[in-house]
Amino acid sequence: MADFLLEIGLEEMPARMIAGAEAELGRRVQELLTRERLLEPAARVTTYSTPRRLAVLVEGVLAAQADTEEQMTGPSWKVAFKDGAPTAAAEAFAKKAGVAVSALEKITTAKGEYVSALIRRKGVAALQVLAAELPKEVLALYWAKNMYWRAGKPERFVRPVRWLVALLDSAVVPLEIAGIAAGNASRGHRVLHGDAPVVIASAKDYAEALRKAFVVVDSAERRQTIRKALDKATRIVAGARWREDEPLVETVLHLTEWPMVILGDFEPEYLKLPEEVLVTVMRDHQKYFAMEGADGKLAPHFLAVLNTAVDEEGEAIIRHGNARVLRARFKDAQFFWDFDQKTPLTERVESLKNVTFQKELGSYFWKTDENLRIVGNLKSVLNSDYDFSRNWFSLTHAVKLAKTDLTTELVKEFTELQGVIGGLYAKAQGLSDEVAFAIYDQYKPASTEDSIPRNIEGQLLGLADRIQTITAMFGIGAAPTGSKDPFALRRAANAIVKILAESELPLTIGDVLAATGPSMPECSIFLVERVGFYLKDVCGFAYDVVNAVLAAGSDDVRDAVARCEALTAVRGSGDFAAVSAAFKRIKNILRQAEEKGESFSATWENGKSYGELVEPEEKALIEAFDEVAGRVSELRAKRDYRAALEEVATLRPAVDAFFEKVMVMSPDPKLRAARLGMIHQVRVGLAGIADFSEIVTS
Amino acid sequence: MSSSPVESIRKTSALTFQELLFRLQSFWADRGCVLQQPYDVEVGAGTMAPETFLRVLGPKPYKVGYAQPSRRPADGRYGENPNRLFKHTQFQLILKPPPVNVQELYLESLEALGIDLKKHDIKFEEDNWEWPAGGAWGVGWQVMFDGQEITQFTYFQQCGGLDLDPICAELTYGLERIAQVLQDLDSIYDIVWARDPETGAPVTYGEVRFAEELQFSVYNFEDADVAKLWEHFNLYEAEAKALLIQANILLESESATAAEKRRFPLLATYELALKCSNLFNILDARGAISVTERVGVIGRIRGLAVGVAKAYAVQQAVA
Repeated sequence: MADFLLEIGLEEMPARMIAGAEAELGRRVQELLTRERLLEPAARVTTYSTPRRLAVLVEGVLAAQADTEEQMTGPSWKVAFKDGAPTAAAEAFAKKAGVAVSALEKITTAKGEYVSALIRRKGVAALQVLAAELPKEVLALYWAKNMYWRAGKPERFVRPVRWLVALLDSAVVPLEIAGIAAGNASRGHRVLHGDAPVVIASAKDYAEALRKAFVVVDSAERRQTIRKALDKATRIVAGARWREDEPLVETVLHLTEWPMVILGDFEPEYLKLPEEVLVTVMRDHQKYFAMEGADGKLAPHFLAVLNTAVDEEGEAIIRHGNARVLRARFKDAQFFWDFDQKTPLTERVESLKNVTFQKELGSYFWKTDENLRIVGNLKSVLNSDYDFSRNWFSLTHAVKLAKTDLTTELVKEFTELQGVIGGLYAKAQGLSDEVAFAIYDQYKPASTEDSIPRNIEGQLLGLADRIQTITAMFGIGAAPTGSKDPFALRRAANAIVKILAESELPLTIGDVLAATGPSMPECSIFLVERVGFYLKDVCGFAYDVVNAVLAAGSDDVRDAVARCEALTAVRGSGDFAAVSAAFKRIKNILRQAEEKGESFSATWENGKSYGELVEPEEKALIEAFDEVAGRVSELRAKRDYRAALEEVATLRPAVDAFFEKVMVMSPDPKLRAARLGMIHQVRVGLAGIADFSEIVTS
Repeated sequence: MSSSPVESIRKTSALTFQELLFRLQSFWADRGCVLQQPYDVEVGAGTMAPETFLRVLGPKPYKVGYAQPSRRPADGRYGENPNRLFKHTQFQLILKPPPVNVQELYLESLEALGIDLKKHDIKFEEDNWEWPAGGAWGVGWQVMFDGQEITQFTYFQQCGGLDLDPICAELTYGLERIAQVLQDLDSIYDIVWARDPETGAPVTYGEVRFAEELQFSVYNFEDADVAKLWEHFNLYEAEAKALLIQANILLESESATAAEKRRFPLLATYELALKCSNLFNILDARGAISVTERVGVIGRIRGLAVGVAKAYAVQQAVA
């Protein structure tokens, strides 16, 4: 049993791609060894990565595959041997099996006598298998963006491969990838170790050998180191905390091989700039962690994660350099802020004509007009429900100004702050809070975890803006397909669903869609899919509950949520499960009957005339159904779905008795049609809350 | 925090702006690069100079370095913003094909500027580059030096809409940024451009360039005559197009000799395309290009640049 190490040495990989590639490499190597019967049952696979390397260590690799034996069956004995002498068929089979003709055996099977050969295969050494198979696995790694670097363009990879270490214990695995032959020499930290090779004596020494060369190959360890160093540097400022930011930790750990943290300062005067701007500069542009004081407000410090280890002088130089860059960025932001105030948002509407929304559709001026038209249509739906006049003025104002921040210098510089900047400017320019908040929140929720806009104006602006984008994009054939969604329309639709679900707006999916213009069935289907996503992936309802509820309608999102909740609450009861199972049975019977072209007859009216029905159990069922359906429809009207479903569950004795005693598919065609008609009525009559047949029962 | 170590480093290692350029030039000349002069037609970046845009095409190896004043009319700030310029200076380097130790060479070039790498934090962070109007893109990094981007490092993959083979490495040093770092300054205009060797008296970047920043901002944002700019654009474009048509006929012709093909002035045609690109940038800064026009005009420039690149590749292959 041996240890296997593979290290791929690269020029710096993009930080965002490293974690995925590290995991994929580990999986591929493990699968390869399993496939090739080279993995010990108790083997352990460990993966490593830094910006310049991906590595995998497998403890428990067999030195060679075990030998195998296989009995191979050939032609029938009579064909292979004529008068005891081998025929051409026997010789061909022996050749194929790799044995001498004399080694062929006779076996007797149920079909008769056949020629057979025992094939023995010698296991191949791990060194050989790995040398032959690993390069394919490595070159098959997925990268979001690839490049060529060698003349003749023989292969693509994320960045040029510069060295390879491949060891089975201390023996070099003779493999070659991208023109690089594997050896036992790795490389250390560019500056702290320099260019001297780092010899890995044996596979299991990997991590420790590189630690001596100032490289921590375990990314989880670097994460811990960085978090501890952030804590420690923060303690220099009494009462301060660093702003927790796991995505940023994840980024910087993939930018460092030997991380350290320094605390730097900026002039407190910049704290006059909005916190959103300061944090964006620090976090998104400089990859610095922001700090806050005991009061939760931003403090004039930053934490930078370095990829080096330096003496005091070096630390002072680096701190000074980083502070200068940050100061320049803040000064820029201050300059842009002041400059932008010269032209208030209200004077920027016209210049939206110069900002492209989508080249086949038009400018943001055009989009603003469209958004206004849509909120106008939404208003007429809302007016029938409650007086909207108070919000109307601020809403139209917000919609009109929503995109104007795209023309500001600050948004051109910090595009990720669009909307936020508009909201801050609106406030600074004396517009009302309603308008400012609506503009500020217009891109909320940005994700499924994010909250919805805080006021009605922001919610309606968010709905109108997104449904406009979705319908316009569908209109030019830019609907998402498979994994391709270049305009993030799914995210836009998710936001619409979330706003409808979590606001108090009396609007349905249909209302929102109808506000855009003529009906677009494919948009409607697309939005219903997103309702399903919301119920399943955001609210966490079981898939069968969601399917059952959506089958009974998805237009009113909050109603669908309420129905899911009720269904989730009752589905566990024995009675309800039995009724659900019966509904599934009913559905199957009806489907089969329909396929056979059976006719259904409605031979009763208002629970009075049961026509052809003869058995007491079937009469009892339809009577019970009539009563329950009446009560259910009252409870449904009150939206008391829980109670309504509990009513449905009371059908159990009648349903059980019916299926025990009555055969729906009676030989008598009239009776058959009547029974089919009845169960069809039961199914349809209770379908308003959910299609119970979708519920999975054990 | 003590600033004395910083002070001492600043005094001992602060090259002037022009010394910085000398050092880079001699470093790369010592490693076999041709040193070219800045291209004498307005460009937005060193990439657009023919020493990059056309030399990267085809199989012939080439190593070249040159400083390139690069004009971005919309970035002008009347000399008021300490970190933004209408015209900045790139030191542009093309290594075709790239040596295997290209990153190590780059780090050595920083040491040649007097930088002690052990006292700084250097990271290669993903940054991919694209020039749609030139049909060019590549992948690479921005080199971060104590939190400042000082170099754009790109492995060119495509240029003029053509796949490159061999690919090349393009290193673009931002000279103002590097000088700001070395001289530890908050404003570009305070950079010491040159120092009198006898008196030690400095000539600053502001003294050399401020008037240019101010006046070109005025011209680009306020005074440029939009109608005339369009007229210039159309004239340059028309001439370039006419030449391209002739070039394509000639290069495809079986009766034309190799000598006739080789003397066709594609380099001049490319200059006409560059003129169009610069005029577009001024029109854009002037706010004279509407949404609907914008895409179309970029397409026209792309047509010229990609057209020249394709014809040039054919011309280079003429036996």
